[in-house]
Amino acid sequence: MSMTDRVARLRQQSLDAVPAISTERAELMTAFYRQNLGMISAPVRRALAFRYLMEHKTVCINAGELIVGEKGPAPKATPTYPELCCHTLQDLEILDSREKIPFAVSQEAQRVYAETIIPFWQGHSMRDRIFAEMTDEWKAAYEAGVFTEFMEQRSPGHTVLDDKIYHKGMLDFKADIARSLAGLDYLADPDATAKQEQLKAMDICCDALICFGERHAAAARALAQAEADPQRKQELERIAEVCTHVPAHAPRDLWEALQYYWFVHLGVTVELNPWDAFNPGRLDQHLLPFYQRGLEESTLTRAQAEELLQCFWIKFNNQPAPPKVGVTAQESGTYTDFAQINLGGVTGDGKDGVNEVTYLLLDVIEEMRLLQPSTSIQVSKKNPDRFIKRAAQIIRTGFGQPSVFNCDLIAQELVRQGKSVVDARNGGSSGCIEVGAFGKESYILTGYFNMPKVLELTLHDGVDPRTGRQLGPRTGDPRTFTSFDELFAAYAAQLNHFVDVKVRGNAVIERLYAAHLPAPFLSVLIDDCIAKGRDYHDGGARYDSTYIQGVGLGTMSDALTALKHHVFDEGTLSMDALLAALAANFEGQERTRQLLLNRTPRYGNDDERADAVMVRVFDAYFDAVDGRPNTRGGRYRINLLPTTVHVYFGSVIGATPDGRPAGTPLSEGISPVQGADRRGPTAVVKSAAKMDHVRTGGTLLNQKFTPQVLKDDVGLDGLVQLVRTYFKLDGHHIQFNVVDAATLRAAQAHPEQYRDLIVRVAGYSDYFCDLSEALQEEIIARTEHEDFQ
Amino acid sequence: MTGVIFDIKKFSIHDGPGIRTTVFLKGCPLRCLWCHNPESQSPRPELMLRPQRCIGCGACVNACPEGAIALQDGRVVTDMERCARCGACAAVCFAEARERVGREVTVAEVMAEVEQDVPFYDESGGGVTFSGGEPLAQPDFLRALLIACREREIHTAVDTCGFAPWEVVDSLRKHVDLFLYDLKLIDEAHHRRFTGASNALILANLRALAERGHAITLRVPVIPGITDDEENLRQIGALAAELGIQQIDRLPYHAIGAEKYKRLGRRYEMEVNR
Repeated sequence: MSMTDRVARLRQQSLDAVPAISTERAELMTAFYRQNLGMISAPVRRALAFRYLMEHKTVCINAGELIVGEKGPAPKATPTYPELCCHTLQDLEILDSREKIPFAVSQEAQRVYAETIIPFWQGHSMRDRIFAEMTDEWKAAYEAGVFTEFMEQRSPGHTVLDDKIYHKGMLDFKADIARSLAGLDYLADPDATAKQEQLKAMDICCDALICFGERHAAAARALAQAEADPQRKQELERIAEVCTHVPAHAPRDLWEALQYYWFVHLGVTVELNPWDAFNPGRLDQHLLPFYQRGLEESTLTRAQAEELLQCFWIKFNNQPAPPKVGVTAQESGTYTDFAQINLGGVTGDGKDGVNEVTYLLLDVIEEMRLLQPSTSIQVSKKNPDRFIKRAAQIIRTGFGQPSVFNCDLIAQELVRQGKSVVDARNGGSSGCIEVGAFGKESYILTGYFNMPKVLELTLHDGVDPRTGRQLGPRTGDPRTFTSFDELFAAYAAQLNHFVDVKVRGNAVIERLYAAHLPAPFLSVLIDDCIAKGRDYHDGGARYDSTYIQGVGLGTMSDALTALKHHVFDEGTLSMDALLAALAANFEGQERTRQLLLNRTPRYGNDDERADAVMVRVFDAYFDAVDGRPNTRGGRYRINLLPTTVHVYFGSVIGATPDGRPAGTPLSEGISPVQGADRRGPTAVVKSAAKMDHVRTGGTLLNQKFTPQVLKDDVGLDGLVQLVRTYFKLDGHHIQFNVVDAATLRAAQAHPEQYRDLIVRVAGYSDYFCDLSEALQEEIIARTEHEDFQ
Repeated sequence: MTGVIFDIKKFSIHDGPGIRTTVFLKGCPLRCLWCHNPESQSPRPELMLRPQRCIGCGACVNACPEGAIALQDGRVVTDMERCARCGACAAVCFAEARERVGREVTVAEVMAEVEQDVPFYDESGGGVTFSGGEPLAQPDFLRALLIACREREIHTAVDTCGFAPWEVVDSLRKHVDLFLYDLKLIDEAHHRRFTGASNALILANLRALAERGHAITLRVPVIPGITDDEENLRQIGALAAELGIQQIDRLPYHAIGAEKYKRLGRRYEMEVNR
């Protein structure tokens, strides 16, 4: 472990900072919008709003910092975005008082909201607009928990940067914009004026970020003048120099590169509140030239680089995810904002991408042990085992990071979607497990889709048994079905219906964002928005994908396998008896429940009888979603991840034929039902590999290990080989939770003693004690894979 | 060709190189005091009970052809004297409170399961380990499995106590890639006392295998107060050196077997003795 006093202090400051609501951004936006209701195009209005924020938001330089700038006025002072979603006073009270993931809301903040923010924005936010535009059918499905909606509180996101900012300053982007403007053909192109407005907006945003940098330079200079400590004085002068050079110009060294990225990160996450914040992507590859040059020219040592990177890491941890309200808060109850840094993989020309900065960053991850940023290793068959093993040593410490991705498969997935090979190799993962062509794609996750809820509706002829309401089409009384195929056809019909409803809603929402909330600053950063003169939200990106995230694959597989096996194949249960047991939530029918749990082939055991059903569920979902056009010139794709929504989705479903009691969590990602996998991790991996991962944009597989399995070198090698084999079988992603159940129980009983316990939840890491009790229970229940020595 | 096994465990990473599948053959000629797989000792099927899983449905009561099971105050009571270990109760026990340990399987059935993890063997340099019980106690079955593995180019290890006639060892050895050879005690009297048999045959077989150049890893269970004294370990080391055996694995003692004795309705002598 190596951590300078400075880093230790900043890290502790970050850990100790209490997440609080800052009204600064909301106040600035309100003031701006009050004065700018005139004849301004939407992109230019958003650009001017962005400039107003960059000119007026508080400049924060914390004591001892080397990398500067905060999203709010201080660490963990969290801005709000009332133009998207305006919190009510009640929302603020809940945020302030809730047990998990609270945000402190001061009296003053409440007053500002009551007097200024709410009167101006209530009824006029994007969220209000979206709900006003949705059909009754959409609202009924949404309220029943068939799907969630990502865009009602946060803007389209999951965006990852490529290497462009390391070669170009904002002045260079301005030159590109000017060229694009000069090339507009007003005679032949009916969209020329719209493009002109978009490009003008982007230009304003570049200036805004330069201004933001200069304000930090000025603040650093002022601090330097007042500083008594000569060393700190020198540092502050250097910070001033760095912030004068970037973001206006391309960075010249590692310090400038990191500071530039950080300004860009703040710009994107202050402009709007995109999902998963913003991501630097292949940081090890981007930083390598700066690192090597620094060493060669003796202007940088490894220790200095490490300290700069540690300071950079802490900046991410200072930014909790924007606080949400309602169902969305249940979808992802976490402070993590899912910025995910990718390590390793391959280079654009297909060579081994692991370099010395990769190992340096792995050291930083291990030393920092922070919730944010999330980190992943991108594993290619071309990478050395040493790389995975080094990551496994960190995974073993039980902090849930880094997660592990199949870089070669991700490239295949992206190529299948129509990306060029080079763009695909330069892509990777972001957020939980979603994939994209870094710096060139807008890939929008639009909401989780509750597959087991659709099965429940299928088993009730389209009626939601919780409310008695006819939600879906009438696909027949299942008691009349004579074959499993008939049942499956009914499920597929219900599935297609609800995907139709969701996609129709998405089309409206995509257009609302394009029309009212363009993102001109983000558009500067993503190819080919400048060349096309189009916004990121309106098809400006080179590639445009829209995702609906399938949830509950394991539950679905086991439930359908139980129906197939017991009702149609073996005749151990009649449909009538099974439905009656479900309606009774198995009360008085424990024997039936045990039959379903223990005498049914189950997904996750390399048992073809169950896995074949899983593949059918997967294919049906793929067929229902993939290839549909979105409104941005791209296509719909699928991925399979839940974050924490499998708990909420489970809460709206009664008992299911896999023996799951009413209201309990669904399986998460593509992991087997909690406790259903009884043949060890190789069987899980084999089962999971039977779906065609190439046709997804990401799947999430969670494996829990007790520390004992990985305690020695043999265990670490076993982990490496498990990963290698899963990836050879074209698995997308695997993550490991290394912690024992006894520890988790102890943490539940004495949370105060286990505040630091970080666990991998479902695509990200979180503090165990911050999780809801249901999620805690679910993690404990998840199968522990031990070797049976 | 069939044999009796009591378990197949995948992702074995401590029973030979790489990721392996361990096939546990039932029946053992030794009775080591510390045995952590008591269900492996008898060649016949046995009944394991986990009363905490019982839901009191009473299905087993009706299923038992011997009338050995009764429901008393909502609790199931089994008369182990009358129990014939037929497994009829386990077949209807959906809650898995009753499990019949030991099943007769064909070579094809074992191989089907073994072959599922070939991608892992290939990646890790792993394979199959035949353990027990004592695999050499079912020589024909074991030989057929070994030959089937070789045909499929799957690496094999045999985890043996070495207590078998040389003719048996000799008939199998050319099909085995690696012997995991358990050696507990060099002192003959001690060996007899703690395992129920002399070690003369074991030592002779070991020597014969080593002389013929077979790959051997010695495995020494480190049992507190029994095998862990300095003299014993020194003698084992000396023997290994003499025979040119490079690899000695120490297997730490753990008491996880104690729970199994309880499930089998047996006494764990190791615990009693301590």
